[in-house]
Amino acid sequence: MSDVLSDAEIGARHGLSAAAYDGARELRVEELACTRGAALIFDNLSFTVKAGEALLVGGANGSGKSSLLRQLAGLLPVAAGRIEMAFGAPDQTVHYLGHADGLKNALTVGETLAFEAALVGCALPAQISATLGLGARDWQFVGDLSAGQRRRLTLARLIIDPRPLWLLDEPMTALDTQARALVDALAQAHLAQGGMIVAASHEGLAFAQSEIRLGQAMEAGA
Amino acid sequence: MSMKMSLFAAICRQHMQLAWRGGQTVLAVSFLFIAVTLLPFGLGPELKLLRALAPGLLWVVLAIALLATLDRLFQADFEDGALDRLMLLPLPFEAAVLAKLLGHFLALVVPLLVSVPLAGLLLNIEGARVPLVLAAMACGAPALVLSGGIGAALAVSVRRGGLLTVLIAMPFYVPVLIFGAATARVALEGGVGIWPYLGVLAALSGAALLLAPWAIAAALRSALR
Repeated sequence: MSDVLSDAEIGARHGLSAAAYDGARELRVEELACTRGAALIFDNLSFTVKAGEALLVGGANGSGKSSLLRQLAGLLPVAAGRIEMAFGAPDQTVHYLGHADGLKNALTVGETLAFEAALVGCALPAQISATLGLGARDWQFVGDLSAGQRRRLTLARLIIDPRPLWLLDEPMTALDTQARALVDALAQAHLAQGGMIVAASHEGLAFAQSEIRLGQAMEAGA
Repeated sequence: MSMKMSLFAAICRQHMQLAWRGGQTVLAVSFLFIAVTLLPFGLGPELKLLRALAPGLLWVVLAIALLATLDRLFQADFEDGALDRLMLLPLPFEAAVLAKLLGHFLALVVPLLVSVPLAGLLLNIEGARVPLVLAAMACGAPALVLSGGIGAALAVSVRRGGLLTVLIAMPFYVPVLIFGAATARVALEGGVGIWPYLGVLAALSGAALLLAPWAIAAALRSALR
């Protein structure tokens, strides 16, 4: 297990430059509504996330946190209202880490990381396993990893493919203290470079400056 | 451009890897051999009868071997979130779907086609006729994979949707089987005038190639909502 890295070290290991996030960076959501089937999950939701800002989305189970993230990723239809991304379409600019991690149990850790790199068309960053503190060999099958190790492995795509908006659904689930610090460091480095984060979580997140709660107080803005 | 190509290749390669690791390739080829071994026992020792039925039997076995693999085409990706991932790539979703279908074809249909000469031996198909029979299957098989993909995509959100997949895909399989078996019959009779038959099969595959990726992508998108 590697020791926790500082934000700057993580940023350096990314090989990210601020130029990766060029363009007007602002996520603006206006009077957004979400329906699932006939049920209205939330409506009249407005907030803005600017470059370098992270927004924590709180709320009870079923209040629509995950649905909101999926809407922002363009995976769920927008029932009413608008989502404006001045920085480009979600398929180029958004990372969505949801409950389902998309990892394949039959592949090895090395193959999974190589696949992530191939999707971006770049070489795999050196020592990425160490950066992630995976504690697993390249030849180990993903199916044999612990929940926390799987979670760490999904973080690899944040490092390999620099995208300006991260949508994180319960990013701290199943993570130990060190891994939480890693997520926090990754997020801080991302924000320092002008990235944006919208994270859904029950608990507070150190990197989030503002918070909205879904459910009881829908009019609350960021 | 090359970036999109490498994306396409990566998705295709991963699908092949998973089909192989999941034992689907071995299973499909084993099924083909089990079927052609058992069929002669069921039909009796009449060599003439066997030869007359062989083309139709081979096509039906190929179709069933493929149908059995369809429910793994998109279901696992749907359940584990990999489809979300494919939708958030700088590659049209239709192209990502096509990459998976190509991977499926390479990992399953190609090994099946490679096994056909040996399987044909068990059904009393003369060696000299095998290339034409194979040509017919190679022309028709893409249509089976592509149209089967439509069934798999429409049933993707149904747990244990294997049977539903097969029911949806079956009508698409009928024309391919009719022309496929007819082509194989002509091939066994010496292959005179086989080109129109091959043409029809290739046209079916071509039409499926033009329509299926869009239909599948639309079905998967609506399933993800």
